[in-house]
Amino acid sequence: MSEAVAPAPGKGSRGGGGLSLRRKRALIPLLFVLPGLAWLVLFYVIPIVSQVWVSTQTGNPDDGFVQTWNFAVYPEAVSEYLPQLGRSFLYAGIATLACLIISFPLAYFIAFKAGRWRNLMLLLVILPFFTSLIVRVVAWQTLLADDSFIVDALKAIGILGADGRLLATTFAVIAGITYNFLPFMVLPLYASLERMDRTLLEAASDLYASKLTAFRKVTLPLAAPGIFAGTLLTFIPAIGDYINAQLLGTPNQFMIGNVIQSQYLTVREYPTAAALSFVVMVIVLVLIAIALRFVSTRQLSEAAAS
Amino acid sequence: MRTTADKLRNLVLGTWSILAIIFLFLPIFVIVMFSFNDNQGRFNFTWQGFTLKHWKEPFAVAGLGEAMGTSIAIALLTTLIAVALGTFVALALVRYRWRGRGATGGLIFLPLATPEVVLGAALLGWFLTMGLVRGFVTVLIAHVMFTLGYVVITVRARLEGMDTHIEEAAADLGANQATTLWKITLPLLAPGLAAAALLSFAISIDDFVVSNFTAGQTVTFPLFVYGAARQGVPPQVNVFATAILVIVIGLMFANLAWQRRAARREGIPVPEAKPLGV
Repeated sequence: MSEAVAPAPGKGSRGGGGLSLRRKRALIPLLFVLPGLAWLVLFYVIPIVSQVWVSTQTGNPDDGFVQTWNFAVYPEAVSEYLPQLGRSFLYAGIATLACLIISFPLAYFIAFKAGRWRNLMLLLVILPFFTSLIVRVVAWQTLLADDSFIVDALKAIGILGADGRLLATTFAVIAGITYNFLPFMVLPLYASLERMDRTLLEAASDLYASKLTAFRKVTLPLAAPGIFAGTLLTFIPAIGDYINAQLLGTPNQFMIGNVIQSQYLTVREYPTAAALSFVVMVIVLVLIAIALRFVSTRQLSEAAAS
Repeated sequence: MRTTADKLRNLVLGTWSILAIIFLFLPIFVIVMFSFNDNQGRFNFTWQGFTLKHWKEPFAVAGLGEAMGTSIAIALLTTLIAVALGTFVALALVRYRWRGRGATGGLIFLPLATPEVVLGAALLGWFLTMGLVRGFVTVLIAHVMFTLGYVVITVRARLEGMDTHIEEAAADLGANQATTLWKITLPLLAPGLAAAALLSFAISIDDFVVSNFTAGQTVTFPLFVYGAARQGVPPQVNVFATAILVIVIGLMFANLAWQRRAARREGIPVPEAKPLGV
């Protein structure tokens, strides 16, 4: 963390504090973080690490599981569910790319062309996401259903064959994921474009750069942190998504999240589920570690909360 | 000077943007529209005529009202706990230097970057190991865990934009740290706290994935909808979803107006209308 820190209130204003007072002051931030930090350690760090403990047990749901340090579960689980694992990355990757293609012109328009409509447009981007996620996915079921107006229209213009359908296809699942994560792409893109120094574009045009060259050599590089943050914020949660595959797809579209969910909650094969979820976590941590070489935690977390 | 090429490009950009926003709103139109659908039988997939009957009897479906009540209770408690814990973490991160500050910032960020299915699975595994019975309390624990980071980030942003001189003046006038915090810092922080509260409430009430893993027999609104999705979602669900949307929009505008007024009073050039105050 490199940002400047404001002086602690009162620091230096009262002279003879003495050692005990100074020590008391040093304790204050620790007291402040302790409850929150304890919550995260107890209900985030330990649970994540304990996945290893759960995964290496053997047994069955009826008689219970005992710890046998059976690490063989990892290669077994991964090879058994390799299609779902691969599909997760493939779908998340395509959806991220689709998000980028849809979002970039939108973010560009909001940042540079929207003028006084800017705040309204930003609001419109976020607003749909204040209805329940599940209800939105169910609404997509309605929109993509076999007799919906979208399917009828696509049939009428010949994009979809007479017996073609959208619901329960790979397309529907990827489209659903794209829809769900769109704001996570738009907002960081917008933030990086909006922060851009516009005089640089004027400088480029003064130096006889064409619009396209200026875009390629000035706008795009300056938007790179936003593209990067948006990609990460879309791709990582998309890997774990299982609602879209569940409600808009068929078992042929199931992703790793569907497997973890059914292994934990339906089949109650806890070790396999824990192993798979730990594998996903490790992959995500690696991705974040790579990402942090390019942008700061701060940029990422602010993009995440925007 | 605007060339034809420029105009054409702007037209294409504008059209693309409007289409993207229509895409974003398509399911919202469906949700609102089908809350007025005079559906026959269980399914609410095709339009069969306008009616207000679902709005008049939102509690006609067994279990839905209870689920909504549970969701609201969990979201309120989550908001209360997460804002309380998160505000102090943010204060420590912004106002003090201490060892472990960087690491704490990283840890706060991690749950936001973890796929929800991993959060849910990890908590379920942990609760099973501990022999905890899953229900209301375990969902609450989980929701506080993953909203905490959002609170910290929101409050931190507000704290950093705040004038420290008033706090220093209070200290110079002999106010101790607790008094300064209570009488100066927290009131100045209020709009940020409101934004953080709104955000955690919205995230909590909408959560499906983590609740799916940690709820046991407890049913929240998203869990009810998911369960109903297999046999046909009743239109009352659309009524509730629409109502939540309207309430959230109302709260958002209220908070925005409040932030603007507070900003004018303080003379701080506050972020022009970022919808959540983030």
